[in-house]
Amino acid sequence: MSATARRRTSASFVVGTLLVAMLLAVVALSFVWTPYAAAELDIPNKLQLPSQAHWLGTDSLGRDIASLLIVGSRVSIAVGLIAVGIGIGFGVLLGLVAAVRRGWIEEVLMRFADFTFAFPALLSAIMLTAIYGPGLVTSIVAIGIFNVPVFIRLTRASALVVRSREFVTAARALGKSEWQITLEHVLPNILPILIVQATIQFALAILAEAALSYLGLGTQPPTPSWGRMLNDAQTQLFRAPQLALYPGAAIALTVLGLNLMGDGLRDFFDPRLADRR
Amino acid sequence: MASLVVFTVLDVLPGNIAEVMLGESATPESVAMLSQRLGLDRPAPVRYLDWMRGLASGDLGISVAYDTPIASLLGERLAVTVPLALMAMLLTTALAFALGLWAASQHGRGGDTLVMAASQVGIAIPNFWFAILLSLVFAVKLGWFSATGFPGWTADDGGGPLAALRALVLPAVALAVVQASILARIVRSAVVDVMREDFVRTARAKGVSRRGVLWGHVMRNAMVPVLTVMGLQFANLLAGTVVIERVFALPGLGLLAFQAIANRDLVVVRDVVMLLAAAVVAINFVVDVLYVVIDPRLRARRS
Repeated sequence: MSATARRRTSASFVVGTLLVAMLLAVVALSFVWTPYAAAELDIPNKLQLPSQAHWLGTDSLGRDIASLLIVGSRVSIAVGLIAVGIGIGFGVLLGLVAAVRRGWIEEVLMRFADFTFAFPALLSAIMLTAIYGPGLVTSIVAIGIFNVPVFIRLTRASALVVRSREFVTAARALGKSEWQITLEHVLPNILPILIVQATIQFALAILAEAALSYLGLGTQPPTPSWGRMLNDAQTQLFRAPQLALYPGAAIALTVLGLNLMGDGLRDFFDPRLADRR
Repeated sequence: MASLVVFTVLDVLPGNIAEVMLGESATPESVAMLSQRLGLDRPAPVRYLDWMRGLASGDLGISVAYDTPIASLLGERLAVTVPLALMAMLLTTALAFALGLWAASQHGRGGDTLVMAASQVGIAIPNFWFAILLSLVFAVKLGWFSATGFPGWTADDGGGPLAALRALVLPAVALAVVQASILARIVRSAVVDVMREDFVRTARAKGVSRRGVLWGHVMRNAMVPVLTVMGLQFANLLAGTVVIERVFALPGLGLLAFQAIANRDLVVVRDVVMLLAAAVVAINFVVDVLYVVIDPRLRARRS
């Protein structure tokens, strides 16, 4: 690894991890303390600028922006966790099946993965909300479905590489079954790649949820979410432009943190890649 | 294939779509009336074939919510979305190649680090937030562009080609910045990779200039991975128009899809999604063709 690349990698990994740690701290904080109750309306004090009483000011209904941001972090984390969970759960399983079984099962699975992969997540989310109505659950499922083919492709490709290695042949010679080999040898070896991809998909899921909530198709009121806050902010763009800043910055910092952490992890697990970048 | 999936999800899965479209307060009589109007009494395969025939001939029936032919509705909206997507893709490509090539030429030095850091930030920014910020600065504060709306392409609509293009500038920039950040990274790493190849050293050794090597040898080889990403990005751009058109209240395909959902007009949703899916398939096809144009070795391998 060249010196510059290594320096850049470790710096971005530290920044990323700090940002993610901050986010987790905020989520934890949201359960024990917020400056104000997030749903508390205070119409006389609406659209205030940042002050001692309200650190980031208040929105069009007099709600405390800082409190809304803190509570809104929960939705982002929940969506990321569940949507990536769906993707890993189904994707890794199907990817392993494709790699072990080969033949027509693999062919069918991969065609399916190619097709869903080419279909933007936002479109499938729109289709689902058209039928089942807008809501947090619908959007999580839609984003989760989009994650499945990503993990199918990645799992199959990396499992095939591991399965061609000598220690797998040795394990087979020892009489281990295909599924034993998959669980004991293949899975642990592809785990790092999956973890890296998971952080990236986590970031994408947060972006997708924010977009859906902004459109009014995701999280429904009164649950605070960053995407919804941006939607509210846009209606007040002429009167209180500062409202548009905070939720967007919260999303951007979260996504940036996850991406940087993912990059750092990848270089840690596979230093050869870092050298090439 | 894609059409089958869209049809299944939006027509067969919901059960009776007339019920979905009318909502929970519908009376049995109104459901029966709408069912008949949509021809839901016929079996699903017949409806599917009918829809396919409609797609091919451009006759998609009449929208329940808008009471206008769906085909002309889609045509009107395409006149906004297609130019917007093309403009955004053009901007994306120009920005990404300029930044990516510059970063590659500075590989391992300050400029490289700067571009990489900036592109990380660009990737993390939600495009609709960026769109709001753009309209805040350039429309609300500076007044250079209008924050919302679309004047139309002809003078009769009160607009004109120039006014229409102007209305698309901010949305296109908002769409392009995120995609350009991703593409710039791909361009950079593809170029850096190819630069390490032996044939590049050979070409330099026989006296070809840096510029000559870059355009004659490196770009052609670096284009294959770049093209793959560009294909995926165009699909994402099309999906992104759904959000961006809403930010700027542009009457495009995305806004139509959004309004159709609000109106529970499943027939229109189905047609819009199908149109976007068809565009995605078409783009993939174009990318496949371009592969062969750029890299003749692929042609030999296939035959």
